[in-house]
Amino acid sequence: MRVAGKGLYDQSRRIGFSFDGKPMSGIEGDTLASALLASGVRLMGRSFKYHRPRGVLTAGSEEPNALVTIGQGAQAEPNVRATVQELFAGLNAQSQNRWPSLRADLLSVNDLAAPFFSAGFYYKTFMWPRAFWERVYEPIIRRAAGLGALSGRHNEDHYEKAFAFCDVLVIGGGPSGLMAALTAARSGADVILADEDQRFGGRLLAETEEVDGQPGAEWAASMVRELEGMDNVRLMPRTTVTGAYDQGTYGALERVGLHRPREAHLPLECFWRIVARRAILCAGALERPIAFPNNDRPGIMMAGAVRAYLNRWGVAPGQRVAVFGNNDDAHRTARDLAAAGVTVAAVIDSRAEPGVSGDFPTYSGAQVVATRGRQGLTGLTVRHSGGTVDIGADCLAMSGGWNPSLHLTCHMNGRPDWSESLHTFVPRAGAIPGLVAAGACNGTFSTSACLSEAIAATKAAVSELGFKPAAIKAPRADGAAYRIEPLWAVEGKGRKWIDFQNDVHVKDVLLAAQENFRSVEHMKRYTTQGMATDQGKSSNVVALAVLADATGRGIPQTGTTTFRPPYSPVSIAAMGAGAQGKGFAPERFTTSDQASRDRAAPMIEAGLWYRPSYFPRPGEATWREACDREVTMVREAVGVCDVSTLGKIDIQGPGAAQLLDFVYTNTFSTLPVGKVRYGLMLREDGHVMDDGTTARLGEQHFVMTTTTAAAGLVMRHLDFVLQVLRPDLDVRIISVTEQWAQFGVAGPQAREVINSLIDAPVDHATMPYMACAPVQVGGVGGRLFRISFSGEHAYELAVPARYGESLYRLLVAQAEALGGGPYGMEALNVLRIEKGHITHAEIHGRTTAFDIGFDRMVSRKKDCVGQTSAARPGLIGPEREQLVGLRSVTPADKLTAGAHLFAGGEAAVRANDQGYVTSVCWSPTLGSNIGLAFLRNGRARHGERVRLVDHLRRIETVCEVCDPVFVDPEGGRLRG
Amino acid sequence: MRLTCPLCGERDRREFYYGGDAMALERPAPDAGDVAWNDYVHLRDNPAGATRDLWYHDGGCGTWLVVERDTLTHAIAKVTPASEVAR
Ligand SMILES: [Zn+2]
Repeated sequence: MRVAGKGLYDQSRRIGFSFDGKPMSGIEGDTLASALLASGVRLMGRSFKYHRPRGVLTAGSEEPNALVTIGQGAQAEPNVRATVQELFAGLNAQSQNRWPSLRADLLSVNDLAAPFFSAGFYYKTFMWPRAFWERVYEPIIRRAAGLGALSGRHNEDHYEKAFAFCDVLVIGGGPSGLMAALTAARSGADVILADEDQRFGGRLLAETEEVDGQPGAEWAASMVRELEGMDNVRLMPRTTVTGAYDQGTYGALERVGLHRPREAHLPLECFWRIVARRAILCAGALERPIAFPNNDRPGIMMAGAVRAYLNRWGVAPGQRVAVFGNNDDAHRTARDLAAAGVTVAAVIDSRAEPGVSGDFPTYSGAQVVATRGRQGLTGLTVRHSGGTVDIGADCLAMSGGWNPSLHLTCHMNGRPDWSESLHTFVPRAGAIPGLVAAGACNGTFSTSACLSEAIAATKAAVSELGFKPAAIKAPRADGAAYRIEPLWAVEGKGRKWIDFQNDVHVKDVLLAAQENFRSVEHMKRYTTQGMATDQGKSSNVVALAVLADATGRGIPQTGTTTFRPPYSPVSIAAMGAGAQGKGFAPERFTTSDQASRDRAAPMIEAGLWYRPSYFPRPGEATWREACDREVTMVREAVGVCDVSTLGKIDIQGPGAAQLLDFVYTNTFSTLPVGKVRYGLMLREDGHVMDDGTTARLGEQHFVMTTTTAAAGLVMRHLDFVLQVLRPDLDVRIISVTEQWAQFGVAGPQAREVINSLIDAPVDHATMPYMACAPVQVGGVGGRLFRISFSGEHAYELAVPARYGESLYRLLVAQAEALGGGPYGMEALNVLRIEKGHITHAEIHGRTTAFDIGFDRMVSRKKDCVGQTSAARPGLIGPEREQLVGLRSVTPADKLTAGAHLFAGGEAAVRANDQGYVTSVCWSPTLGSNIGLAFLRNGRARHGERVRLVDHLRRIETVCEVCDPVFVDPEGGRLRG
Repeated sequence: MRLTCPLCGERDRREFYYGGDAMALERPAPDAGDVAWNDYVHLRDNPAGATRDLWYHDGGCGTWLVVERDTLTHAIAKVTPASEVAR
């Protein structure tokens, strides 16, 4: 119910929303939780395991119970905390984990079977038979227990990521954070102040106390006004700092569009990476519950949350409210309620001598031992020194004390210290380099002390950065001491809940201890304590205290609690912002891309590049028909193919030839100007890194080509060699892959096509096999190389990239006039397999020059990378698997890449494995299925028959081993 | 993580490529023998503490860098061009 005149928001500004389809209304400034409470809704969810009715427990992001789904369809967002979700017009919220409805949840029968569902239940029960796990048990458990469900549909929502830098990051905008931000800002530092709430002020928004003679919320507003006016301050409300990382880097999640109706231009969330030279942690503290029997009924909530609903949102969570606590905050809650006209049924203080009182019934040395009300609290039983008494109440506010929000200080493996006076953990100084905690998160609980501590901590931080700290004094504020006597669990009949989100109660922890899961980490995993969306924010310390008691140890001896990022849940979509769909990887297009697409060529990815697979013609039903035609076209007429994606590295300088001698196994210093040579590059461990051709354009000028896949790798490698291994060489290198468009023209008619376009025609004498020369193409300076990947008479013609598309269209037109045309990747692959040319399918990182039959290319006359290792024992010899050709004995029988090879009569098991297949195709030239493979001692076994076995695709084919060069082994076509 | 490239300044880790232990700088002579070559190619320490490794400023100037850092604290002590260390 709304209390007239209470709260920080205008109660006349109404907003309509719906909960489980029912229309309701709240006011501007409400959270979904405050609006539901104001509408008299106490039951907001069903618990994870037992489907127990649950209401809201807190008023903040630590909320374990009130999780709802917002929106519908693909946009539905599950597990949203009602305490964080701001109300907006048209908000559509649904309860979760219930069927068919929140009030009548049939799966709440789990609760009746509770004795069978104790800690370790899953481990003990669902052990046998093993095959049942996936098909029977897991689906049942998943249906019965759980949180909200994802829609299962593609999420079209927009998310962002961003980076920010500052001198001082202030984490948390309560009294300490506001004070810290102002101190840093007035000292001249660049400041970011981030707070997860929509409004700065922290607990001041929830309390009735005064700061500097004004109501706390007004003082906070005046601080915000001053900060807003400063150029060196960035205020980030609705931004949760979720993690602390190396070098002063912090992750933060900003809610950008989640608090308002959807707008297409707004991202829902933005994930920030904030780099701060110093950080002041002012994250406040979280109140912890007391484990008493049936302490989970809707209507039982944290005392601080009751004050927040009352003082900030003007909502009384009940009409007759009882308060139970072990510290002075119990009385503070009762006083605020009474002053607002709400009936305080009783204050139950566990301390024998609380030393405070008010105008309401107070029980000292008392405990709540029972509660009543199935779907919402109706009453409770109190045991006190004089006996027991039943009290009628529809709301019970509890306070077991406060835990500093020190989570971020644990993110780099820091452990907190136990405070014997505060009965909680406090952060250890220096746990995060550059971060200091101040205020309640540091165990300093009075507002007055918080303000002074924030100023002192910030002054020290800005001094370290070289700023002169501004003269600033802490305003007057409440200085009352924090008085508490520990109370963790109450004896009595019924389950005493500790972790509300995971349905862990005292007996589960005791059972864990009894079964010898005495370490905190074991207990947590055995009971699921501290898991899921709230990560034990309310429950961890209580659970640890109960475990300590059960094992007869003190709390610090039992262990510590720790926290990992994120502080509160971060959607994967926000962390992956920008990487959805095509944002996942950049796309690289060749200059002929449009021309290929114009011919309806399906494009295939080659690294980041897109290349045409094949060029379909009318009447062709499958890719194979197109591919076969293109192969035959190249072998009998002429084909054109864009090869610009190969890496091209320009190498110049007096030491250029020596560099090549050092990185290639073979010699390049002997290569004449105007000639091209094939080169093999090794890694230092003797295995093949890459291959390609390198042309000598001048005495001190080479252009190297690499495979498409290894272009970046080779560039890095050359840089390493030049900067580190051979700094003596005077050479400069640069990648020119994108500067040159290069096209392969292959086939008996290749020279006719080339000569139709270059200004001075070439013949066999001027351009023999493996020659290169500068040429003019329609007045444009280009380069012509007589090299061949297909085994045919072939050229590669390169022009500056801006002429690429034009040249490609001309080449294709000329080829078509001669009975040829364009060919794609599929045909390219068949042509090179027929010719026995290797690609990274063969040089996959585990093969040596010896394996591929190129050991004679490893020159012994000079040192080169990989030369020493290539000769080591084990990398050379008959035991190696060596490159061979394979041909199915029955031509139509399939070969598959990845299949393994076995001798005729041997079982197809690992012990008998003799090798594997790397590349396969249907060869239209040979009319057979062929392949390339690595076979043990393969070069000595040409003519033998082996059995190809593919266990995955259930294929067995008898193959004949042969030379890997199937077509024109003498090279007549190539040179002709 | 950020590295301070001596040429480009402080840059995000995403601009760099990790190149393994800096002992790659100490290439043995071709005739140094199997043990030396095995050490160089295959054996790496895995220290809990100070380490020296190579990073390549891939998204920047293309310089190979020797980075001295601590694997326990992740603190970075020094970044030097590998060409200066190799000398
Ligand atoms: Zn750089």
